[in-house]
Amino acid sequence: MSSSGASHKLHGLRLALGEHYRIINSNKLSQFGFWVIVVFTVIALLAPWLAPYDPWEMTYDSEGNFASLRPPSWEFPMGTTHLGYDLFSQLILATRTTLLIGVVSGFISIVIGANVGLIAGYYGGKVDEVLMRITDILYGMPFLPFIIVLIALFGRKLEFIILAIVLIIWRTSARVIRAQAMSIKQRQFIQMAKARGASDFRIIYFHILPNVMPLLLLYAAFNIAWSIITEASASFLGFGDGETISWGGMLYELWLSGKTRVAWWWFASPSVCIILLVVSLVFVSRAYEEVANPRLRKR
Amino acid sequence: MSNPQDPLLSVRNLGVVYNTSQGPVHAVSNVSFDVRENEVFGIAGESGCGKSTLIKALLRLLAENGTATADRCTYRGRALMDMDEEDFRREILWQEISMVPQSAMASFNPVHRVGDQVIESIQAHRDDSRAQAMERAAELFDVVGLEPGLLKSYPHEFSGGMRQRAMIAMALSLDPGLIIMDEPTTGLDVLVQERILRRIREIRSELKSSIILITHDIAVIAEMSDRIAIMYGGEIMEQASAIDLFENPHHPYTLGLKNAFPSITTLGTELISIPGSPPTLVGPVQSCPFAPRCPFDDAICHSANPEAKEIAEGHIVRCAHSADAARFRELAKEKSTWLS
Amino acid sequence: MAVLELDRLSRQFELTPGFVERVIQRKKPSYIKAVERLSISIGENEILGIAGESGCGKSTTCTMVSGLLDPTEGDIRFRGNSILGLKGAAIKDYRRAVQMIFQDPYESLNPRFRIVDIVAEGPRALELWGADEIKRRSLAMLDAVGLPSGKYAERFPHELSGGERQRVGIASALVMEPEVIIADEPLSMLDVSIRAGILDLLREMQAERGFSSLYVSHDLSILGNVADRLLVMYLGQAMEIGPAEEVIRNPKHPYTKALIGAVPIPDPRSRREVPNIRGEISKPIDPPPGCRFAPRCPYANASCNETFIEMKTGDSSLHQAACHRLDEIANAGL
Repeated sequence: MSSSGASHKLHGLRLALGEHYRIINSNKLSQFGFWVIVVFTVIALLAPWLAPYDPWEMTYDSEGNFASLRPPSWEFPMGTTHLGYDLFSQLILATRTTLLIGVVSGFISIVIGANVGLIAGYYGGKVDEVLMRITDILYGMPFLPFIIVLIALFGRKLEFIILAIVLIIWRTSARVIRAQAMSIKQRQFIQMAKARGASDFRIIYFHILPNVMPLLLLYAAFNIAWSIITEASASFLGFGDGETISWGGMLYELWLSGKTRVAWWWFASPSVCIILLVVSLVFVSRAYEEVANPRLRKR
Repeated sequence: MSNPQDPLLSVRNLGVVYNTSQGPVHAVSNVSFDVRENEVFGIAGESGCGKSTLIKALLRLLAENGTATADRCTYRGRALMDMDEEDFRREILWQEISMVPQSAMASFNPVHRVGDQVIESIQAHRDDSRAQAMERAAELFDVVGLEPGLLKSYPHEFSGGMRQRAMIAMALSLDPGLIIMDEPTTGLDVLVQERILRRIREIRSELKSSIILITHDIAVIAEMSDRIAIMYGGEIMEQASAIDLFENPHHPYTLGLKNAFPSITTLGTELISIPGSPPTLVGPVQSCPFAPRCPFDDAICHSANPEAKEIAEGHIVRCAHSADAARFRELAKEKSTWLS
Repeated sequence: MAVLELDRLSRQFELTPGFVERVIQRKKPSYIKAVERLSISIGENEILGIAGESGCGKSTTCTMVSGLLDPTEGDIRFRGNSILGLKGAAIKDYRRAVQMIFQDPYESLNPRFRIVDIVAEGPRALELWGADEIKRRSLAMLDAVGLPSGKYAERFPHELSGGERQRVGIASALVMEPEVIIADEPLSMLDVSIRAGILDLLREMQAERGFSSLYVSHDLSILGNVADRLLVMYLGQAMEIGPAEEVIRNPKHPYTKALIGAVPIPDPRSRREVPNIRGEISKPIDPPPGCRFAPRCPYANASCNETFIEMKTGDSSLHQAACHRLDEIANAGL
């Protein structure tokens, strides 16, 4: 019995993976997005081994000259900074930071958002009132002043940047999932689960949650994209973690160096990375959106 | 242009194919019928039998992946399918053939007053002034038994039955020759239904319009129609005058439906269901669509789709074994016939 | 002894006026009386049909009996014991004993669950048996309702037809070994040709397993066919109750007469007599104390608006109607 149960679970897993495969392959753009994300993930995982130089190492070219502000070449594929740092290595290590911040804050914010949304939507009434007023307050909070105050209080630390992003970002997913939970709550199969004796906890996490899953994945992707943009903006304004390097941080260094008009390559590579990753996330999430919102589906 | 003896609407071999990801779906095939002047033509059938698609094809409202073909499809002698889309909309739709959709709830825009919506539909086709159109709307509301004062109300202030009657008023607004009613009373309470059916009868005798009444409710169709077509699997299985169809049914599906439908006057009669479920209609039709559920099927039924035969005047049956109808009628009364 | 007794059961819903109305116009909340002083009893193995139009309170009654909604007044007794205020194991046992079958087979099954998990959900939620036992019983139940478990257990609801889904709904109720089944319009969304099969299944299961049923429908032809006794409700009040055939062949209450007269008959030669009922059905918002049907009743007089006759429970063969003027109506030959 137990072995058949295990094989059953495996079968279910395969089915679920198959469904994701189908969703991602449903159009060219999401396929493209998916592979971009995979490539960035691999880069992030292998970053220390992939980077040819230390990101804060002053580099010299093969002729022994100090490599300051070099445009892209075979030796320095992405060029160098005014201090001779290799931008290619910086970019690779920054991928790691950016993805880490994106995934961690995206994940935490969707967990908070989903729970707040499910609980508010399911219970309604006073619970809903309180939770939704809290999200309203967050909606009224301007992001940059908030993060500046937070960083000023606690210092430029990765944890606090993630915390700040999470605190701002979960609000949208909470609202959307609440709306979805409210409509699913009205459906008869929830009445049926209640009539059969299922507890509130069971109904929320066992009956409603699987039905908001496509939406949840959609918002998870959105949240990651937003986290990346948010982190880039914060870093660019000088509120990134000084100890680590991120794409936004690279742009901040460029700004500080005052070479913006000269070193186009310094500007180009992190910007392209940010745009590419965010756009890929949006492409993938749009494929999920078609599942979450059947009205968009093609006949 | 048209002869008074000619039918109002004449359809021959109408077919509708939907192109879907699973292949072509033959939602309607080989449908032929006439609707005469001032009659109620009932089309009965269960979900998926093609009755709604048939109507959409007549009104040229098919979804983009649907194509309709017909040997003939004429209204007062005018070929509907060959008309220019624009001309059809301007000259036929609503003006000559109007429709009462299934869910009157969804057919009114919630942010506009009901009266304004009726007026709008009048003015869209006629050069009436607002006052004239208003007068006409009040007249129509009176016809369907609604207070003209209700024209000033919003759709949400109406009950389901009132909305349905308002919808009928709207369908009558341009004196159409033919009104298509798609499940006009489904989902309404019996007393409300009774009132609407009574109005439909009155309209029919006063206004001399013809009506195509589509419903799955055998009792409603029996009481309302002059002639009835029974649809299954996209085809008309049997059509006859209402009395003929109920007293002298020939097709096994008609027999099955009669067995399955309860009547308040014959309590205690055992209801018998038809085993199995309707066909999916994917791919070309090569057998009688009812054969898989038919208790009287044999090799012939599964090898070819039977031709429609006129077994008596105006009584058309699509069954290879229509000659055995008398025997089928006896056997069909036994539950055991249907269980095997 | 009655399995289930409803004793002057009432439920009202408050309509809270909007903020402006409340503060500026000092408007008091009004009440919708969805069910009012409803007394009925259901015997062992009995099918009680409840008929009525939308808003008659039949669904509210079902929800209260299933324990998902508390009445504002009155009592529900299951085998002599009140179910109100039950806690812990007792409420769990009641939840098991009373099961619902829902109207819409397309809406009532969780689209993300497999068929076997839908059937097993009740026993799992209440932890009735061990995991293996639940699975075994669920599969056996699927077989019993005519869905061979080998073929159907691992499927998802969207792969099934309407009739098959309704069978899943029935299986998921019966697997709990209920003593009372509440069926809320279980046939209305199904095609005519398969309805009789579902009815047969319900009857067969009742004969085999023995349970009482509350069968709610707006379709009097089906109720006449399935129910032992019939209760007719209008806007929350009981109008008439009695043996089903008797009520349909020989209705006493003016409302029942109208309702039965309005049912279309599948016979093109039939000519029904339809009593003329005035006006439209309204919502029972702050209604007068008397009979709710009085404003539309052709026979109503002043006393109808003042007092309302309550049904007697106990004798299940009794055919009674909640009308002051029964004798006069009968004498007038109406």
